[in-house]
Amino acid sequence: MFDDFFTRALVAGIGLAITVGPLGCFVIWRRMAYFGDTMAHSALLGVALSLLFNLNLMLSVFIVAAAVSLLLLLLQKRGALSTDALLGILSHSALSIGLVMVAFMSWVRIDLVGFLFGDILAVSEADIDLVWGGGILVLFAIVYLWRPLLASTVNPELAEAEGLQPERARLYFMLLMALVIAIAMKIVGILLITSLLIIPAATARRFATSPEIMAVLASVIGVLAVTGGLFGSLHFDTPSGPSIVVAAMGLFVLSLLPFGRNGETETAIHSTHGGHH
Amino acid sequence: MLRTPDQKPLVLMNNAGVRRNGRWLVRGVEFSISPAEIVTLIGPNGSGKSTTAKAAIGVLKPDEGWVERKPGLKVGYVPQKLAIDWTLPLTVERLMTLTGPLKGREVEAALHSTGIAHLAHAEVQHLSGGEFQRALLARAIARKPDLLVLDEPVQGVDFSGEIALYDLIKSIRNQTGCGILLISHDLHVVMAETDTVICLNGHVCCRGTPQMVSQSPEYLKLFGSRAAKTLAVYSHDHDHTHLPDGRVLHADGSITEHCHPDDGHHHDAHGHDDHSDHDHTDHLHGPDCGCSQHSRLQGFDTKETRRV
Repeated sequence: MFDDFFTRALVAGIGLAITVGPLGCFVIWRRMAYFGDTMAHSALLGVALSLLFNLNLMLSVFIVAAAVSLLLLLLQKRGALSTDALLGILSHSALSIGLVMVAFMSWVRIDLVGFLFGDILAVSEADIDLVWGGGILVLFAIVYLWRPLLASTVNPELAEAEGLQPERARLYFMLLMALVIAIAMKIVGILLITSLLIIPAATARRFATSPEIMAVLASVIGVLAVTGGLFGSLHFDTPSGPSIVVAAMGLFVLSLLPFGRNGETETAIHSTHGGHH
Repeated sequence: MLRTPDQKPLVLMNNAGVRRNGRWLVRGVEFSISPAEIVTLIGPNGSGKSTTAKAAIGVLKPDEGWVERKPGLKVGYVPQKLAIDWTLPLTVERLMTLTGPLKGREVEAALHSTGIAHLAHAEVQHLSGGEFQRALLARAIARKPDLLVLDEPVQGVDFSGEIALYDLIKSIRNQTGCGILLISHDLHVVMAETDTVICLNGHVCCRGTPQMVSQSPEYLKLFGSRAAKTLAVYSHDHDHTHLPDGRVLHADGSITEHCHPDDGHHHDAHGHDDHSDHDHTDHLHGPDCGCSQHSRLQGFDTKETRRV
């Protein structure tokens, strides 16, 4: 069915964009952009471990990303350093340990750029199955966790007082992020995962009137970015991963233009800073 | 009154204490909230009011003592601080069903009773401070809780709005019979319908029923008799401070391990600036309130009523 490498890239990219849309919304609502970055960086340690122990690449990336997020939860509980600082430590340590390990393994040569930027044009049919299978799993989990996740995004204590379990929701959310990063790494690469999480969701904010609509719109905008980016890369013979991100950025810039609900974006932005606390 | 004294309390706190980073935020808290009872916590900043409320509803686990909640207790909570990121598109209507589903008319009724029905489709980030408080209150009552926990519910609300909100809280209690734990944003003002006032200052410093509205002439002069029907002044003085290690520094400079019944009132360590100029009007003393220096309340002794 998917003989053509371009069709396979398109199908995999669309599946990924649909999956990361709702997750990306939570990432920006919870101001966790740097967390996504940290997990993406730690993926390189996963790559190194998979080479060293001859493990499945996605599995070892998932394990490392999950371990890093659990470590973050533990360190946060100790409360000595701010989350920002902890993320900085975890992010760069994991990335550097990965690079050092790769350097020790003189018998392997890896295409670092390939891991950093991914190679969507090289996806196989098995990858497509994984992207769509994993994606459906993640989406079901998000729907199931929606209320506790959203309530604890607004206020974790409120969620807990009223019988939801914010800690558990948060843990599952982190595991879902780890899973998505493991799946996405091969397609858009380590450095571009965060942009695919954040840019479509940020673009969707302009047009959304409820959290649910924003999650769906983020997926739709992600699909547009993947499609536009891939056709652009075909047309202009540019690298596919970065082209997708450029397309996403183009859509975001479009969303900033003052059309339709005139000026509302500006007043809304002001009210964030002058708002009640 | 809906109160039936033999009902099992919704929440019972027994010698509860919460400790953070080696410091007791609050210790030795003992009180209960029964259905249809209004309990108001007052005390200076940092005296452990919010901590106590959070321990009561299970958001914080007590590090000593215990807290017992009625099984299946349904809580409606208005936290003290709530900042919603602008990136989250949330209308007032959507806020209502944040922690559980509601029927359309339940949402409508709650918004109507808090006077913000016209704001149902407004984004919460565009509301004024007072409107936002009303939205939070509407959200908490819409789910018909057994226990309503309101952490400074009238902050940012102007005075007439404050009276209206207190009236609303009273009618919620009267209609639904839910228990209410209220944290007052003002050390000296509590709702007149409050059944029990608990003053915290690192521990329970004193407790009692507030007198019917204050006869205090300044109060009536300031706010008028209409306000006096809703609000009561509850003012008092502190004369000892709790040190970080849990010991007690008294006004005379002596230090003891614990507060004793004859310690009198607490003095806020951070220098509460309006202590010097207020009366002890309507200060009521419970059996364990620890105020023995009643001679300091000269002129007001006759007004005191003991609640046994």
